[in-house]
Amino acid sequence: MTAAWQPSERELERRAVRRRLALRSRTIATLAVVVFLGVTLAAILGSPGWPRVQETFFSAEHARASFGEIWSGFWRYNVVIFLIAEPLILVLGLALAVARQARSPWLTPVRGLAVVYTDLFRGVPTLLLVMLFGFGMPALQLQGVPNSGLFWAIVALVVSYAAYVAEVFRAGIESIHPSQTSSADALGLSRGQAMRYVVVPQAVRRVIPPLLNDFVSLQKDTALVFVVGVLDGVWAAQDYGNYNFNYTPLVVVALFFVVLTIPLARLTDWLQRRMAERERAGLR
Amino acid sequence: MTALPENTQAGGPILEVANLRKTYGDKVVLADIDLTVSPSDVICLIGASGSGKSTLLRCLNLLEEIDDGVVVFQGEEVSDPRCDRRAVRGRMGMVFQSFNLFPHLTVLDNVTLAPRKVHGVPRREAEERARELLSRFGLADKADAHPDRLSGGQQQRVALVRALATRPALLLLDEITAALDPELVGEVLGIVRDLAAEGTTMVLATHEMAFAREVATSVCFLEDGRILESGPPAQIFSAPREERTRQFLRRVLSAG
Ligand SMILES: Nc1ncnc2c1ncn2[C@@H]1O[C@H](COP(=O)(O)OP(=O)(O)OP(=O)(O)O)[C@@H](O)[C@H]1O
Ligand SMILES: [Mg+2]
Repeated sequence: MTAAWQPSERELERRAVRRRLALRSRTIATLAVVVFLGVTLAAILGSPGWPRVQETFFSAEHARASFGEIWSGFWRYNVVIFLIAEPLILVLGLALAVARQARSPWLTPVRGLAVVYTDLFRGVPTLLLVMLFGFGMPALQLQGVPNSGLFWAIVALVVSYAAYVAEVFRAGIESIHPSQTSSADALGLSRGQAMRYVVVPQAVRRVIPPLLNDFVSLQKDTALVFVVGVLDGVWAAQDYGNYNFNYTPLVVVALFFVVLTIPLARLTDWLQRRMAERERAGLR
Repeated sequence: MTALPENTQAGGPILEVANLRKTYGDKVVLADIDLTVSPSDVICLIGASGSGKSTLLRCLNLLEEIDDGVVVFQGEEVSDPRCDRRAVRGRMGMVFQSFNLFPHLTVLDNVTLAPRKVHGVPRREAEERARELLSRFGLADKADAHPDRLSGGQQQRVALVRALATRPALLLLDEITAALDPELVGEVLGIVRDLAAEGTTMVLATHEMAFAREVATSVCFLEDGRILESGPPAQIFSAPREERTRQFLRRVLSAG
């Protein structure tokens, strides 16, 4: 060990400059934001129609009055439907994606079905699926399954989103470098084992960001269940609004949706960071 | 599930290749390849880039479909389409030029995956053997690391350990030092040298002529997909019969 290291004159000077530059860019950033917000707010608040818009869309009184109803509808339906549907979608989507990769001649029908499934259900608007399932299936009066519109609306969401998610997983699976499968082959792993232990775990990590997109989209589409008469948060907001000739509840429920997506986004960031640390290696 | 095979088989060659031919479309990549590998042989494949070394190794490991000829491994014709490729690969080890470790698994899991899932070895036993191998190759402290935390040389040593973990009867190595910085080549070749000294049967493609000369029991010079000349290293390197071999050696030895 030599004597303790001391920053040189030159380095000290550089640090001072860096601090000055950093301060300058912070000042500019703050100013820019303040000016932007100021101008925008002034334009809105100063507009001739603002008092009326404020009364119809941003009334604190109506927000308070409608909050409870909206919250209970939102929590009981939108959140719960999402929590039930999402795991099912992930499982079904992954199963479909893996089925498409099957090469065994026995599994040819399975592969074909997976293709038809994705083509079909990705093509039909989710709203239509909810209506078709929600009204059609209960009418069949099937034995042993619930006949409620809600149940079938959830099934419709699962069926529709699984088709999207399957394609996301497939893209992930196909993005794994063939040398990984070669390695697995050379070790004597079967195709199925290579999928399960080598390809799919890497693919899943890789598709987390696009999956998040579909999650958020699903959260919003839980509102579609209102067409089969489920009294969710959006329905409650609309109901209140229609009675009181005020749209504030729509803004309230919109905020609920935004707030719901935030933990999801943070969770995904965290997961991704944790996994990315391990991902990089392997191929070069 | 197959039990772990014995390292060698009593009597007879481990691998016999006759008349092997491989084409990609119209391009003939390998032709008239004859090769016999007996227990404890170390066969070095040398030849210019594109001469077919990797393709030959991939054919031996059944990663490629061959177009003619016969490959017999431990007395079983493995070029027969009815042969169980998985079982055969389970008895061979292969290491590729680029390490191809599984990035999402730890070093230990990379090594134990095949013994556990292909050969049905219980986890504890597989891990014990893996740790033993890892520490033999100076990787004891890396068992729980992921491959991205390892240097290139360490990664390639893990790939070797992974191939050895199933006690293969034959080890196929494809230019395993080609992707490494010069100072890392030594540590990997050192291991191959040790394995050769222990009597591990190997076929390896290499550009390291000095190394081939040292460890090989036999050297095959490939040109344009044919084995132009083969023999003990002393003969190939000191007194090659073919003019082409001489040219090739002059070129690589003056370059290296
Ligand atoms: N999948 C493929 N499709 C078509 N041609 C291929 C394919 N793989 C290899 N080839 C060709 O086969 C020939 C032999 O390639 P191979 O990789 O076996 O050479 P090599 O001796 O290993 O070369 P190197 O020393 O550069 O690794 C080359 O001409 C190559 O272009
Ligand atoms: Mg090669």
